Amino acid sequence: MANGTIAIDDKSFLEEGTTKKATGIASWLFSTDHKRIGLMYLIAIAIFFFTGAILGVLMRLELIAPGRTIMDAQTYNTIFTLHGVIMIFLFIIPGIPAVFGNFFLPLQLGAKDVAFPRLNLLSFWIYLIGAALVLISLFVEGGPIDTGWTFYIPYSVRTTTNVSLAIFAAFVLGFSSILTGLNFVTTVHRLRAPGMTYFKMPLFVWSTYATAWIQIIATPVIGITILLVVLERLFGVGIFDPALGGDPVLFQHMFWIYSHPAVYIMILPAMGVVSEIIPTFARRTIFGYRAIAMSSLAIAFIGYLVWAHHMFTSGISETAAIIFSFLTFIVALPSAIKVFNWVATMYKGSIDPQPPFLWVMSFIFLFSIGGLTGLVLGALVTDVHVHDTYFVVAHFHYVMFGGTGTIFFAALYYWFPKMTGKMYNLKLAKFNAALFFVAFNTLYFPKFIMGYMGMPRRYYDYLPEFQNLQVVSTVGSWLMIIVICLIIYNLLSGLLNGSKAEANPWGGVTLEWHIASPPPLENFHEIPEVTHEPYDFSQLKNMKYGLKGESK
Amino acid sequence: MSNPTELTHAPHRDDVGARMGMWLFLFTELLLFGGLFLVYAVYRHEYYSQFRVAALELNLSIGALNTVILLTSSLTVALSIGALQKGQKHLSVMLLLITDILALAFMVNKYFEWSTKIHHGIYPGSEHLLNLPDGQILFYGLYYIMTGLHALYIIIGLVFLTIVLGFVITGSVNKDSYVKLENAGLYWHLVDLIWIFLFPLFYLIQ
Repeated sequence: MANGTIAIDDKSFLEEGTTKKATGIASWLFSTDHKRIGLMYLIAIAIFFFTGAILGVLMRLELIAPGRTIMDAQTYNTIFTLHGVIMIFLFIIPGIPAVFGNFFLPLQLGAKDVAFPRLNLLSFWIYLIGAALVLISLFVEGGPIDTGWTFYIPYSVRTTTNVSLAIFAAFVLGFSSILTGLNFVTTVHRLRAPGMTYFKMPLFVWSTYATAWIQIIATPVIGITILLVVLERLFGVGIFDPALGGDPVLFQHMFWIYSHPAVYIMILPAMGVVSEIIPTFARRTIFGYRAIAMSSLAIAFIGYLVWAHHMFTSGISETAAIIFSFLTFIVALPSAIKVFNWVATMYKGSIDPQPPFLWVMSFIFLFSIGGLTGLVLGALVTDVHVHDTYFVVAHFHYVMFGGTGTIFFAALYYWFPKMTGKMYNLKLAKFNAALFFVAFNTLYFPKFIMGYMGMPRRYYDYLPEFQNLQVVSTVGSWLMIIVICLIIYNLLSGLLNGSKAEANPWGGVTLEWHIASPPPLENFHEIPEVTHEPYDFSQLKNMKYGLKGESK
Repeated sequence: MSNPTELTHAPHRDDVGARMGMWLFLFTELLLFGGLFLVYAVYRHEYYSQFRVAALELNLSIGALNTVILLTSSLTVALSIGALQKGQKHLSVMLLLITDILALAFMVNKYFEWSTKIHHGIYPGSEHLLNLPDGQILFYGLYYIMTGLHALYIIIGLVFLTIVLGFVITGSVNKDSYVKLENAGLYWHLVDLIWIFLFPLFYLIQ
């Protein structure tokens, strides 16, 4: 703390903030405490996720029958664009790093905060400004953006909707992402507790670290690309406009140079959470620790070199297409290494199927389907057939929602007792996880079939032969919104009326389980000395908060 | 631990961490410009002869003068860090002031250079420019974007240096704690470095 003194008492970070004068909501909005910032991100991101989900349900409702159902075509265009922009830029990219990374990275490293706490608060504020710009762009003259979340040129230069403001919001959000990334990298390098060598760091830290590097290296490229599109719209500089000699395909290259690594920004932290949850509930050290840690870095690195697989039908040379297809197959390897190691960890473990673990089981199944259909898209011949169809939409939702989204819920259920000190209804949470699995497959699996049959993505209308599958998918969207409401209900009622959670309800051994729930303001009264491997469960019986909270 | 007690410790300070954060930030700025260099390379390759013709229109002497100004300002900011480390606060403040003045001089030159171009009807979207071949439209488009963005960096650097100058005067940046000044200096060197690439790309290669 700046004044050099802190009080040692039993107050948690929820009761005691970093701000001396401010109270009430201001003591949150101006707090530099990484835990409060993480929770504020959680609230903001949950609101945007729910908004995006509602937009998705509206889209599905429109598609329940051919022709016009509840909205006109232009509204449909803006709704699928907003669904994409909100889900990608406001939910899934910041999602796990901003919420759980902020909250648990310093805890798992044995640090009192991130390296730059004030910069961390600034990132949050920049995130809010970006989100506000997106909202403003909906209501000012010109109308909401209708280009799809990829903002492809030349349409994004020609359309009269509020493209400039909406994509400038993406630029601002990118800034927030960069600052969070450099904060995390510095934190990992400088603030590890004594004894915590790189290969004693928990795997969530490893994957967040790899993610932070992608945020630093990839995000500036989308920043400059977006600025060029805005300048193109304002002044007609001609960089991407074919009428002035510019090259629209160059835009696609620059867009995907960021946006492909960005899908690894979305999935890598989720993989880190999986690597935390599986050992805890299998009560067994992780299988292949180094392979999992290094595969995170491998994904971060190879993930840069595959962007043009989004452009196989955009008119790139055959040689380039073959090389990018090959590299795309290579990038599947580190993901597969992780999946095999997770499954191997469970072998002969003493598995305790609590809610977070059940979510992870869903994840492994859904993510594997998503990953394998990714190979269908990465192969040149099949890609030409299913490009720009529902098959791509289904693949993307299986990896992103089935992957990262599922793990976002898993992480919530895993760390909720630590973050709030309260416990939710376990039975309802298990029912949640099961219903989610059913809802998810009902919603998205028909899209694989429709895509294979030739249903193009983003279409407002369709041929009658697709209707049965469209109806199944729409019913799935209703189930999904019920699941989301149940999760929100379960967590909120846990927060308000739940029983007090034990400090270590799952029997975890990483550093966040060594302290009280919710953690005190400065996390550790004394910086811990790390002597164990991260998933060494032999230390459980000697921990202050052993299994089931039996305090020593 | 039921009785509240007080624990006293030194405020957290990590100069190495602060420098590391700054270097990472500079890295992102370089990548941002990297995107523009990529665009430049693509179009120079595609419109080789048009780029040559358009480049002849630029004012080489103003560009050269600005290069000298910016290199000198990089020297003065580096010297001011050295001066502060040796405890010569007054000298350090003077050198930072000179850096600020040189930055302003750069902007004044830029203003005259741009306004001459605009006066001749060469600016994005102008009728005169749109009648030129595609390659020249792109050259001037890139010229305005890249030097414009660089000018924005100069302004940000100027503000950054001036704030740190205030810290040096009040003494919160001093002989023992000068990482803020170092970071401002690093940023200023980045601005300088980008210009060292912009100058030949637009003014010298023909």
